[in-house]
Amino acid sequence: MNFQEIILRLQNYWGKQGCIIQQPYDVEKGAGTMNPATFLRALGPEPFNVAYVEPSRRPTDGRYGENPNRLQHYYQYQVILKPSPDNVIDLYIDSLRDLGIKPEEHDIRLVEDNWESPTLGAWGLGWEIWLDGMEVTQFTYFQQCGGYDCNPVCAEITYGLERIAMFIQNKESVFDIEWVDGITYADVHHQGEVDYSYYNFEYADIDTLMTMFNLCEKEAIRIAEKNLVLPAYDYVLKCSHLFNLLDARGAISVTERMSYILRVRNLARMVAGEYLKQRRRLGYPLIKDEKLRQELLAREEV
Amino acid sequence: MVRDLIFEIGVEEIPAAYMPKALEDFKNNALESLNKARLHYEEVKSLGTPRRLTLYVKGLRERQEDAVIESRGPKKAAAFDQEGRPTRALEGFARSQNINVEDIEVREVNGVEYVFAVKTEKGRETSEVLPSLLYELVKAFSFPKSMRWGGYSFRFARPIRWLLALYGEEKIVFNLENITSSNYTYGHRFLSPGRLEVKNAGDYFKVLENNYVIIDQERRKELIWQQIEKVASELGGRPLKDEDLLDEINYLVEYPTAFAGSFSSSYLEVPKEVLTTTMIENQRYVPVFDREGRLMPVFIGVRNGTGEFIDIVRAGNERVLKARLEDALFFWKEDLKQPLDKMAEKLGHILFHERLGSVMDKVKRITNIALFIGEKYRLSHGEKIRRAAYLCKADLVSNMVYEFPELQGIMGRYYALNHGEDEEVSQAIFEHYLPRFAGDELPGTETGTVLSLAEKIDNLTGFFAMGIKPSGSQDPYALRRQAMGIVNIVLDKGIKMDLYAVLEKAYQEVLPFRPERGKEETREEVLEFILQRMRGIMLEEGISYDVVDAVLACPSGDLVDIMNRAQILKDFRGDALFTPLMTVFNRCYNLSKKWESPEVDTDVLQDETEKVLYLKYEEVKDEVERAIDKGDYRMALVRIAGLQSYVDDFFNAVMVMVEDEKLKAARLGILKSIVKLCNKIADFSKIVE
Repeated sequence: MNFQEIILRLQNYWGKQGCIIQQPYDVEKGAGTMNPATFLRALGPEPFNVAYVEPSRRPTDGRYGENPNRLQHYYQYQVILKPSPDNVIDLYIDSLRDLGIKPEEHDIRLVEDNWESPTLGAWGLGWEIWLDGMEVTQFTYFQQCGGYDCNPVCAEITYGLERIAMFIQNKESVFDIEWVDGITYADVHHQGEVDYSYYNFEYADIDTLMTMFNLCEKEAIRIAEKNLVLPAYDYVLKCSHLFNLLDARGAISVTERMSYILRVRNLARMVAGEYLKQRRRLGYPLIKDEKLRQELLAREEV
Repeated sequence: MVRDLIFEIGVEEIPAAYMPKALEDFKNNALESLNKARLHYEEVKSLGTPRRLTLYVKGLRERQEDAVIESRGPKKAAAFDQEGRPTRALEGFARSQNINVEDIEVREVNGVEYVFAVKTEKGRETSEVLPSLLYELVKAFSFPKSMRWGGYSFRFARPIRWLLALYGEEKIVFNLENITSSNYTYGHRFLSPGRLEVKNAGDYFKVLENNYVIIDQERRKELIWQQIEKVASELGGRPLKDEDLLDEINYLVEYPTAFAGSFSSSYLEVPKEVLTTTMIENQRYVPVFDREGRLMPVFIGVRNGTGEFIDIVRAGNERVLKARLEDALFFWKEDLKQPLDKMAEKLGHILFHERLGSVMDKVKRITNIALFIGEKYRLSHGEKIRRAAYLCKADLVSNMVYEFPELQGIMGRYYALNHGEDEEVSQAIFEHYLPRFAGDELPGTETGTVLSLAEKIDNLTGFFAMGIKPSGSQDPYALRRQAMGIVNIVLDKGIKMDLYAVLEKAYQEVLPFRPERGKEETREEVLEFILQRMRGIMLEEGISYDVVDAVLACPSGDLVDIMNRAQILKDFRGDALFTPLMTVFNRCYNLSKKWESPEVDTDVLQDETEKVLYLKYEEVKDEVERAIDKGDYRMALVRIAGLQSYVDDFFNAVMVMVEDEKLKAARLGILKSIVKLCNKIADFSKIVE
């Protein structure tokens, strides 16, 4: 099964489970969690089931394309099920079956892993899912997001697409993954890994990035105050990515680190708060049970 | 009649680390509620796997024991009028208790007669009591972290997915959120799909066993270890016995099968601590050593399942380990490219604590404290201490320690040796973190010893000076463990160190960081904190409370001296001279308790006995002080005990509390002097005879 078949199968599987198949978000981000389809939709009382591929950037993980297991740009397959269904683990296991992985023939384990994103003010409890000792998925029940309690709680399933592909195709290097007939992962992404590693570690201009961080922070605050949630959130994402770049460049001392994280978290919190208000103003349109909808709207007025 | 009860809470995989305590709590809570509900049983057990917490009550009686409930009413005097007829008060009480006035009993409580309503409450059927009892048991769990799921508000370690409650053949039915308890369970997640009906409590274990679940954690653990040993012996080696690892593995599987895997021996060039840490921490594999104690290029994994398709599982695990070892090898080679002192230069970039500066700052403090200790107590050499202190934190900037923080010190030692540092200096880098946990080894070299003390004293002084102290269960910087480390090292090595002086030096080092607390306050608090650990250690040594209190009431910065005093006093208890000693102390102490001054105006002394006593005291005082200087507290005690006859003569001959103020002062002064002399060893008033 080649790389794009894996993606297509997952799209197909989760689509059949009633998920909206969204597309990647067009701002740089460190993980699928930061896509507004997760970060914002996890908030508030409305149900939301969604699945999408997310290109993710972790500048510090770059290895100039020389390490077979580390990339500064990689793909996650993200599924959000809100509220988390009672059979959510079975649903996940069935998705593996759909990828041709028969659980009976392997050793699948759910090993405690508590997820926390200090920059997003988000945390949850769950597991890393091990497939014959390899962590292939991160499974989290969101408890808080942007500092707000999640109610109902969603389940977040994040597949490491490269790892699953390496497993299925029995490859020892991520670059050897077959993307489609005759084309490897290296063909598509190797030069990018090299270029970005040089940029992230050696050539990114620190002053420029710092100036951009400050500008984006200011803009995020300015727009959030005008209740424009999504545009404000874009600038939060930009801040987060700029911070990661500065970090990779070694430009942030340990003392400053915490203060940068706090700045991004404050922005995330602010946007989360605005989003909650906005959904309420809209009258929680995704709640189809009219009685419940009215109840929720009435309850919070008190 | 009795029946067995099985109550199973089916969950999504609970963190392995939570399980031991969860199972213990489950059992204890169950015992408590059963007793409280007057439900008799033969035995209560709690059993568990990652997916279930099960309570097994053997021989649970079918009915609660009857209860006699006595409620006290008004006084008899108020309950009956003069003719002995019930008053309104009594009638009201009887009504509220729902009994007839004729059935009221009169009893005496502390000499006063009251009326009592005595009722027998018939025990209810156990199966009526169980639903709410079991529900409360689920609620009673507490975990380090708990969560909500779906749209429910119940909290648990991980979502609860089913409840099985069977009392004999009878289902005990109750609701928890969307779940209704029933007689269905589930087997192994993959080997036994679908729910399983259990006909009666007795069948439960068999149903699970047939469906690839070994519920008894003790049995499962034993089985895992047997399998591991077998696989290891087939490989020609011995498995590492790591209880924590074994416990974790045990709570990651329902049906264990151990298997062997291997890796290329080319990775063996990486230090073995790195390899075993990777295996244990990342993968939960058991490392294997050959007969000579060398790490073998193999590992043992434990699969959750049977031996079927084990080759696929092995191949997958080998591939994962290979990738990890490849990383480790890369880090090792990268780190070796730069000498340790180059790494040390970068410590200014790593924050130690926002109030206490960078790690570089910390290294400077440790250096000065260590040099002070080394010089003052003639340990190691200035040059070695300086070098080891400079290098001791350098590995924090290495790739390997960044990846595996628990290898700090261990990697430092490797890197130092690799770049030709002195043997003892290299060893001291590792040793300055010792002891890392209760029962861990202590530093072996003098340089390591000095550095380890300096490291811990700086931590305690630094944090206390900033007002950061452990409270209750909160001790984020593990200061208790460090204080304990200081006590253990000092006592083990017999270092006659004056903590007052060392803590003063340490405080000076913290001064540039603008402490919140003053010098005296910090020093007193840290010393008190260390003496608290000392107290614990003395009690563990079998020294009784009163001796410990007596010795600590006369504090000192010299822990060896404190221990010595305590040991000798403990032994002296069995000595024939103990009673005379206590007589001397008690007679002097009792009268002079409220007297401050040990001044004695010898000119006013009248009686021969008091003159002799004072003379003898002065003789003994010199001897006692000489003995104490030599640490010979036994001799000191013997000398003081020798005063007994003079003290007795004195009390037989004179009255202390006389009208003549000057004479009284002199006599009390003698007594006070003797008490003060005793106090150089211990405060004997704390001794329980």
